[in-house]
Amino acid sequence: MSDLETFRSEMRAWLEANCPPEMREPMRDESDACWGGRNFTFKNEAQRKWLEVMAQRGWTVPDWPKDYGGGGLSPAETKVLRQEMARIGARNPLMSFGISMLGPALLKYGTEAQKKRFLPEIARGEIRWCQGYSEPNAGSDLASLQTKCEDKGDHWLVNGQKVWTSYADKADWIFCLVRTDFQAPKHKGISFLLFDMASPGVSTRPILLISGYSPFCETFFDDVKVPKDQVVGEINKGWDVAKYLLGHEREMISGMGLGGGQSVSLGEAFKDVVAGDPLLRADMARFDVDAMAFRAMSERFMDELKAGMAHPAQPSMMKYAGTELNKARHELVMAAGGSDALEWESDRSRKGKAAREWLRTKANSIEGGTSEVQLGIIAKRILDLPGA
Amino acid sequence: MPLYLTEDQTMLRNTAREFMASEGNIPAQLRKYRDMNCKDGFGHALWRQFGEMGFNGILISEEDGGLGLGHVEAGIVIEEIGRNLTPSPFLMTAVAVVEALKGTALRERWYPGILSGDTVAALAVDEGPKHRPDAISMWAERAGNGFRLTGRKQFVVQGASADLIVVAARAEEGVTLFAVEKEARGLEVEGVRLADSSIGARMDFQGVEVDADAVIGEVGGGEAVLSRVLNAGRAGAASEMVGLGSAAMSMTVEYLKQRKQFGRLIGEFQVLQHRAAHLYSELEIARSAAIKAQQLLDEGSEEAEAMVSVAKAKAGWASTLAVQEGVQMHGGIGMTDEYDIGLYMKRDRALNELFGDPNYHADKLARMKGY
Repeated sequence: MSDLETFRSEMRAWLEANCPPEMREPMRDESDACWGGRNFTFKNEAQRKWLEVMAQRGWTVPDWPKDYGGGGLSPAETKVLRQEMARIGARNPLMSFGISMLGPALLKYGTEAQKKRFLPEIARGEIRWCQGYSEPNAGSDLASLQTKCEDKGDHWLVNGQKVWTSYADKADWIFCLVRTDFQAPKHKGISFLLFDMASPGVSTRPILLISGYSPFCETFFDDVKVPKDQVVGEINKGWDVAKYLLGHEREMISGMGLGGGQSVSLGEAFKDVVAGDPLLRADMARFDVDAMAFRAMSERFMDELKAGMAHPAQPSMMKYAGTELNKARHELVMAAGGSDALEWESDRSRKGKAAREWLRTKANSIEGGTSEVQLGIIAKRILDLPGA
Repeated sequence: MPLYLTEDQTMLRNTAREFMASEGNIPAQLRKYRDMNCKDGFGHALWRQFGEMGFNGILISEEDGGLGLGHVEAGIVIEEIGRNLTPSPFLMTAVAVVEALKGTALRERWYPGILSGDTVAALAVDEGPKHRPDAISMWAERAGNGFRLTGRKQFVVQGASADLIVVAARAEEGVTLFAVEKEARGLEVEGVRLADSSIGARMDFQGVEVDADAVIGEVGGGEAVLSRVLNAGRAGAASEMVGLGSAAMSMTVEYLKQRKQFGRLIGEFQVLQHRAAHLYSELEIARSAAIKAQQLLDEGSEEAEAMVSVAKAKAGWASTLAVQEGVQMHGGIGMTDEYDIGLYMKRDRALNELFGDPNYHADKLARMKGY
């Protein structure tokens, strides 16, 4: 048996013994996820236990180095772990912006002290992070951000406002883009700052969305003092860190096109409805082709990424295609659901799950850079088209 | 297995890319044979060169004198064919018919000529204008120690120049595949030039008599063989469309970087940039689906059939988008015969029809998923 096959059979046995049955049931929505953090209340003992055993092995972040709380697995081993988890339907033990966004940026740009300090608590799910990027006047044109960060000798002083900060009201810390030089060209005066959301002067206000939920906040900074050693990368070179992190954010969002890992086809899920609606059936069949093809694309992209073969702008393509696919999925779910899917509050509709999710997906092609921004990046960086 | 090319496969791709660009390019092959009104629509010399390169033996086992490789490798060669619109019997002969003869006694007779590029073989399945392999009505009646075949076939690619024709017919026991030689008495072949300058054939089987040893596999057991053959062909056609679409896109993107209007390069216009970027995205997805389908075929996976249909449909859509955007973005010159982009458009249409169009495959996928 090859080493990898041995690893697979050991992994299979370990998961069999350690993954609680409740954690093998599909998540119904984001609220079923384990987010970790100082203020997180576990839904049940199984959820707590699953995080604990996975974190002990470093398998919440299987490919991070062991020194920083990771599993130290090779790309091939990481793929095996994911396959074996998928095989038994094991839930992700920890949903975390720390893992999917900040961690990779710290691994690349952080100092040794920063890595030692922040990465293990991310891996264990002890600190929940949020992302302070967009501002009221800095959306697609992110680099025009104005949040002011002044050097006060022994500390930084931060003043300004962020918006669309996902779960800012639940997060413990923020990774935040701030302007440290107002004279320099816009991309060259930005720094990447980390600070505690419990710092005096930080306040958040949830924004009510069309889905009726408030996953995003406005976040205000009023004379927030931040220790000097909490800048990642060089002062005024935060844009490099920001872009690198955005690549990882786009990978994460592109995964939504996979429909949360469900392998069942859309048409299969609605077979009774489409039996009497040939045009809807045709739409579903075309969607299933697109979804299965995109799944192959995702697999290829992950493989290429791990082998260092992916084009640096490829996450933009994945983000564009994945989010457009996810929006198409939910349009079809609504069409198949008919007036049942319009119910907003009833228990029958699980409190309007279909309609609220449908509306939520409309943000997919906006957050993390709009579809139009991604197409622009593909055009310039992959196709090498001229201009602006 | 990771979903990208291994080192060996990358080497094969580089070899095939270089060979096809220098020997199989449009002026040297497609335009040359089209403009001389060649009755075959392709060059036998190039087909023998394919043999010398070893390409023809990709799907033939080493014991039988081939390379013993798989569908991924065949797809690599076909993608380069697609890029250059190289007229070649490769897909029909070295993929579909080789797959049909696999494991049968007939391979001893036919494989050597296929390996050397001396033999051309064709596959006769379609009986109407659309691909309907589930509704084969050509009749195979028992006669003597063999069968008598009666019925019509069409869209038999390279059928007019084929030495061997693999025919799907219905015997009393069910669908059966037969190996018919071109000299068979009662076989009328009409070569027809198609829009893409390839030569398809209409065939009229007027009681063509064949021996029992012309049966491929079991009498009545043709459905499984046919499905294997068609899936190999579909995966190959998907790769050809990926290659074709990629080449059409590259030509178009290059044009956007040269053509000036309103005092600037038209590639600076965001409306064109976004359409080009969308096309890139669709083609990359199609490429992934094709490789995935071929890997699953090579693994003998149960999931292969569904993925083959996904690949054929997705590659069809992506390639069609590439040629439509290509002609439109080239503007007036895209309509001229002098420019190659129109040739891509014509080949795309033919490849979409071959082995079932995207609607056929989306419908097939839906049926496989039980709806």
